[in-house]
Amino acid sequence: MHIGKYIDLVHRTEKDLADAFKMVAKAHRDEVDIEQTCLLLSSWSLQLADTMKPVANRYKKETDREPDRLTKTLLKKARKGSMAMLRDLHDLYLIVNEVLVCCTILKQGGTALADEELVTVCEEIERQTTRQSSWLMTRMKSAAPQTLIVAHP
Amino acid sequence: MNESRDSIKDIWGMRTPYKGDWPARVDQRTIEEPDHWVQSACVLCSNGCGMDIGVKNGRIVGVRGREGDRVNHGRLGPKGLHAWVANNSKDRITKPLIRTNGKLREATWDEAMDLIVQQSKDIIEKNTSLGIGFYTSGQLFLEEYYTLGVLGKAGLGTPHMDGNTRLCTATAAAALKVSFGSDGQPGSYTDLHTTDAILHFGHNIASQQTVLWMRILDRLAGPNPPKLVVIDPRYTDTAQKATVHLALKPGTNVPVMNGILNLIIQAGNIDKAYIDAHTTGFEELKKIVSAWAPERVEEVSNVPASRLRQAAEILGTAKSVVSTVLQGVYQSMQGTAAAVQVNNLHLIRGLIGRDGCGIYQMNGQPTAQNTRECGADGDLPGFRNWSNKEHVKELAALWNVQLDKIPHWSPPTHAMQIWRFAESGTIKMLWISGTNPAVSMPELSRIRQILKKKNLFVVVQDAFMTETTQYADVVLPAAIWGEKTGCFTNVDRTVHLSHKAVDPPGEAKSDLDIFLDYSRRMDFRDKDGNPLIQWTTAEEAFEAWKKCTKGRPCDYTGMSYAKLTGGSGIQWPCNETYPDGARHLYTNGVFNTDINQCETYGHDLDTGAAVTEQEYKAKNPAGKAFLKGSDYLPPHEVPDLEYPLWLTTGRIVYHFHTRTKTGRSQQLQDAAPDGYVQISEEDAAKYGIREGDMITVASRRGKVTEPAKIGGIEPGLVFIPFHYGYWDNNKRSRAANELTLTEWDPVSKQPHFKYAAVSIIKKEEDGTFKKIGKSIETLTEKLKPQEV
Repeated sequence: MHIGKYIDLVHRTEKDLADAFKMVAKAHRDEVDIEQTCLLLSSWSLQLADTMKPVANRYKKETDREPDRLTKTLLKKARKGSMAMLRDLHDLYLIVNEVLVCCTILKQGGTALADEELVTVCEEIERQTTRQSSWLMTRMKSAAPQTLIVAHP
Repeated sequence: MNESRDSIKDIWGMRTPYKGDWPARVDQRTIEEPDHWVQSACVLCSNGCGMDIGVKNGRIVGVRGREGDRVNHGRLGPKGLHAWVANNSKDRITKPLIRTNGKLREATWDEAMDLIVQQSKDIIEKNTSLGIGFYTSGQLFLEEYYTLGVLGKAGLGTPHMDGNTRLCTATAAAALKVSFGSDGQPGSYTDLHTTDAILHFGHNIASQQTVLWMRILDRLAGPNPPKLVVIDPRYTDTAQKATVHLALKPGTNVPVMNGILNLIIQAGNIDKAYIDAHTTGFEELKKIVSAWAPERVEEVSNVPASRLRQAAEILGTAKSVVSTVLQGVYQSMQGTAAAVQVNNLHLIRGLIGRDGCGIYQMNGQPTAQNTRECGADGDLPGFRNWSNKEHVKELAALWNVQLDKIPHWSPPTHAMQIWRFAESGTIKMLWISGTNPAVSMPELSRIRQILKKKNLFVVVQDAFMTETTQYADVVLPAAIWGEKTGCFTNVDRTVHLSHKAVDPPGEAKSDLDIFLDYSRRMDFRDKDGNPLIQWTTAEEAFEAWKKCTKGRPCDYTGMSYAKLTGGSGIQWPCNETYPDGARHLYTNGVFNTDINQCETYGHDLDTGAAVTEQEYKAKNPAGKAFLKGSDYLPPHEVPDLEYPLWLTTGRIVYHFHTRTKTGRSQQLQDAAPDGYVQISEEDAAKYGIREGDMITVASRRGKVTEPAKIGGIEPGLVFIPFHYGYWDNNKRSRAANELTLTEWDPVSKQPHFKYAAVSIIKKEEDGTFKKIGKSIETLTEKLKPQEV
């Protein structure tokens, strides 16, 4: 069984995501809504990581090797400025959607195993992560024209 | 002098108790006998009272209420009776001004407009129209907003257009859209004649809409008085009349409303049939509010559980309920989520769309409703949905421009973001009309820094020199109410026509004429090469606007200047179906949520994330109202050791906005000459403060010094009115917004003026001079570069 690897992947990515949202909040605190919303979404990721703990522990023996995580390549360091803000939100979006993909896969496994607890956890992650993804998309879309077109002084 | 009462001392006047229709009482104040009267309506609060302007020898000499008007039945409040004197004020701006070598000098209209046009063209060439932003007001007329909306959206093609209405009314619009699919107030002021219960939520109506409060006072004095529930942290004049007053902690509106809804649902005081037939989302809402037992609400909000139960009993069992909501909700944490809970209350009880059951998501300013309708704020004209391509196509066809000329790639930019773009330097020209952000915006030191920026070209269009004009590159002298003709709409959708009574002073022009002049000089064309804007008068602009509203919720097609003249104001929708206007919206329980009709696909109440068209389609509300809930999110700044008290800001009965008009009436000014800080008896004792002591209030963003006013407020909380700036007194730092936070609601984007953490220090007999002296110094420093 490889299911433990996927649980571990989601669990660790969720924890990475909590940190990543915090980092972006700090780097772009001049954009007040970005700071505040990223802090809120960071708290969601922390909560989701907590929610995962029991299943992560239950399948722990399945984990032999840590899988590669997207967070290892994306968003190592947040940058300053409006173009950087767009890139940081873009990176967050990719990580958030990595969680969504993982979760879809995991839920398939959980359903086949009839592991109700795991499926419920996956559904909660899907619900909250979709909300994170929607906000990132909304914010990127509204920031894009001004950032791409108007010259900065 | 003919004065029906001294409205400074007797704010609400004589009671006329009633059951049935509200009796008339004509209020008047004229300083000379007018030689004629001109029909108008009042612009000194958002109530929209019908009034006549008395004119003698080409000057305004007074006003009187219009007896037959459905809004006020002849009555007027103290601001309406007094503030018209501002029109005659000697310090009106009468000529355009241009900044040369750091100083403003008089110029001709040609010089000023040519400069603005040249700047616009340079910016467009280098940066596209995305370099230009407009920050307007809740004070202009419908015809002016619509003209501005068209020139901005179809002429320039900039999405950066909003107004200070973002500070006062954005949450009203957002909450209505969330629940009902579009903006549009469902109720009618006549609901107050029969209702059994009234909820005032974050709304000190006795002070803000004095004439609407008279209607309630007269019910309270009548044979079948309604019960009153007031939710407000202060013991206001409104709270003093309450059957139940819930004095909650700042930032806890959502827990309190969740608690009330929970009790109502638990008690079974809901209309199951209505919920099933006309709403969607009940189970989810029920789940969210079920976490809020009265004891938990008490723990979070300080509202005693027993009192919450009393409130829920009244609101859950009254046969009819009217709710009013204002800044205590809109300008606080989770503004939209809390305002929506009031809509939910009416929906789950089926108390909407009929007599006695009104929701008034109040507006702060007299013409705020029209910025929302006309697209001069962050909306598209006619309550159209920017993310519905068919709606944008309708506008493109109406204006005869290419679809992509109209910015619709994302929502029109909200005011806080416009200021942020100006701060970061990507908006290079900011055109401010009829408002004074240097006093009314949050965190004033930041606003001054933005206005001061070298690479920001600032145009200010106003009637008076203000704290904002001091930073302008060009000042345009504007005509005001009484000097121009135009319409505006209030919270029960009543449209009034205000006729021109006198000429504007000097070379001042109406905002309409200024916008038309700009449009002509910019040579905005439609796709056939004809002038984009073909109207030249207010009446022609109104006729153009009517076409824009055809078939939309705010349908004006049945109105005309002739119909709006001679009698009362008329409610929209006014069309073939409702030739005399409609008293209520949603009488049949069908809401504007159909995908082809709705103004928005909705947002996540906690993050503001937009719902996509596909997601909306999947939900398919098809005319059902949305029941949406939200859990509690604590405010972002809370008192701590360094800043141990809550600050809340607000208004007082004698002044409007930044006092540019009311401060010029001797009587209003004498009645409320200066700012103050209101603190509880407990805190006064703790800090050794006596009435009138000078107190320095500091936040992380600035400090002000105000005389103390003791009592009428909960311990731990201080209140400062936001009206007072520096144009008539720059001796000390005193504007409340020196202290407030730059942050806003995720859905409505309305800033949070209702909480911040502050400290207070009493000015000691010795040593304080230094402290106060320092603040004067800072202020002089701040004002230096803007000397005229």
